[in-house]
Amino acid sequence: MLYAVQRGLAETREAPNEEVSMGHDPSAPGAPPATPVDFTEVQGRPRFKELRKRHRSFVFPMAAAFLLWYFLYVLLADYAHEFMSTPVFGNVNIGLIFGLLQVASTFAITMWYVSYANKHLDPIAEELRNELESEAPEVFQDGAGGTK
Amino acid sequence: MIQSLPRQAVESTQVGEPWLNMLIFGLFVAVTMVVVLRASRNNSTAADYYAAGRSFTGPQNGTAIAGDYLSAASFLGIVGAIAINGYDGFLYSIGFLVAWLVALLLVAELLRNTGKFTMADVLSFRLKQRPVRIAAATTTLAVCFFYLLAQMAGAGGLVSLLLGIDDKLGQSLVIVVVGALMILYVLIGGMKGTTWVQIIKACLLIAGAFIMTVWVLAIYGFNFSALLGAAIETSGNPDIVGPGLQYGATATTKLDFISLALALVLGTAALPHVLMRFYTVPTAKEARRSVVWAIWLIGAFYVFTLVLGYGAGALIGADRINGAPGGVNSAAPLLAFELGGPLLLGVISAVAFATILAVVAGLTITAAASFAHDIYANVVRKGKVDPDGEVKVARRTVIVIGLLSIAGGIGAQGQNVAFLVALAFAVAASANLPTIIYSLFWKKFNTQGALWSMYGGLGSAIILIAFSPVVSGAEKSMIQTVDFAWFPLSNPGIVSIPLAFFLGWLGTVLSKETEDPQKQAEMEVRSLTGVGAEKATSH
Repeated sequence: MLYAVQRGLAETREAPNEEVSMGHDPSAPGAPPATPVDFTEVQGRPRFKELRKRHRSFVFPMAAAFLLWYFLYVLLADYAHEFMSTPVFGNVNIGLIFGLLQVASTFAITMWYVSYANKHLDPIAEELRNELESEAPEVFQDGAGGTK
Repeated sequence: MIQSLPRQAVESTQVGEPWLNMLIFGLFVAVTMVVVLRASRNNSTAADYYAAGRSFTGPQNGTAIAGDYLSAASFLGIVGAIAINGYDGFLYSIGFLVAWLVALLLVAELLRNTGKFTMADVLSFRLKQRPVRIAAATTTLAVCFFYLLAQMAGAGGLVSLLLGIDDKLGQSLVIVVVGALMILYVLIGGMKGTTWVQIIKACLLIAGAFIMTVWVLAIYGFNFSALLGAAIETSGNPDIVGPGLQYGATATTKLDFISLALALVLGTAALPHVLMRFYTVPTAKEARRSVVWAIWLIGAFYVFTLVLGYGAGALIGADRINGAPGGVNSAAPLLAFELGGPLLLGVISAVAFATILAVVAGLTITAAASFAHDIYANVVRKGKVDPDGEVKVARRTVIVIGLLSIAGGIGAQGQNVAFLVALAFAVAASANLPTIIYSLFWKKFNTQGALWSMYGGLGSAIILIAFSPVVSGAEKSMIQTVDFAWFPLSNPGIVSIPLAFFLGWLGTVLSKETEDPQKQAEMEVRSLTGVGAEKATSH
């Protein structure tokens, strides 16, 4: 039932995308009326800036960190065979422990991100989403997102 | 590799009962077919067909992602690589796992919030539709094609061991059967059916690997060090527990390994069939849960393969593995036979087949969606097509892609499967990832940058492969008689990935055109807040 509405909206959303040259001119022939949502204004709101800052200040340093950590491992495994083959206990050597640490750090970063997102990203994203949906219910109704 | 090995042990290689293997596989096909038929009752619209109505939960989708991602190459290939080359096989699995953090942190949720069915939806969101869509669809189809070829070629190799079919004709026949089954699943089941096949397969594969892992550890009194000791004893080479057996030979192979590591860690989050899975859940939060589930399952599985690989090295030994018809790939099935006799071998064999089937199904629906949604509906018909017409085209595309992959799989028999998979990762990391990252995070990024990066990344990856030792000049090359290889590495990633990032930047700063700031704002707001994201269909 709901889908019929959604599909109708989805079609109008796709339609104006056919322009051959410049961009997404809302006045292009056949385009639906211009969106009542001014996204540039939303982008400038302090709450949105806060959300973006929180997101980027977590994911960028974290991505850099795990890539460096991974390539440290790759380079050691590639060029420091002796070091990686140093036995720790029994036949288990530094290399194997290092590899399992990569698995452990992957799990740890995953859990860390999830708890960060639940605490610091989701509430503010939901707040903004509700705000936008109540400001322009006709645009975001049924989630079809007819935003052109 | 497989062809070059001596066949001295031929009489001992036919293990298990081929009829039992076939019976168990037949059972899998029957069960999944019933599930697919039940799941496909509501497959009427484009959102149903491509994105399963966006109705899967995070845990379900995460399991399906694991089923999609853990291909036969990673199960049979990694167990075999660890059994023979020891530690260097383990390096592969670490790259395959760590790569998921790129998807989790940078891609999954933002992509779910801004796209609809395909990767091109996101990439063309705020850029010029036509050129960017065509480019994104081209790279999608290229990656899917290489990946499909690898899986189909792998299917042929697998049967020689599992069903005792050694001649070329018999293997081709099996490829035809696998291809036909896959077409049937995707045609009937769409994304819903494909997802259920992947979920069932992931459960079987991970459960099977878990049981074998516990079994192997039990033999050595749950003492991992003792297992390693036994592997060292069987191989007679203490270096098997340290790095370097495979990649440590020369400066070139060492560099090649860095190139591979780069492609693995950056390729995963740009594989179109993985990206498409994020559209099968209702919200970005579920997309995040999917990745979390996928990371746990995939991580656990790769730890199992470490035990299984050394277990195969200890209990079976490199000589017997290399002597078996499937070569390196036979380590896991041989270990299953050693542990649980013909029955466990039958189960593991059926799981291996199911793996190939589920992965090719996922790839096929991705390629078909990309062709029907991006090329046909949005470029050829300029968006003036009703969703039913689009799905009709998608279904026809499934048949064409299925037939092409059967033909390609027969043609690629005996080719190095791992190389084709690594190539798909390298192409994905070069052609797709820079544009995905730039369009999500870089405000000034524009159409010219996207086109330069995608075509530059795709082109350079393929050209470097064509002139690398995997294609010509070396002992294991596709063409051994001539030598036109001037690029020394077998993986192009170390050159093509930075090049694609650079071209994306260069194309952007050299372009005089600027994109619509309103669209950029819309994409950023939508990607982070989820406002206006595609919701689940309700039936």
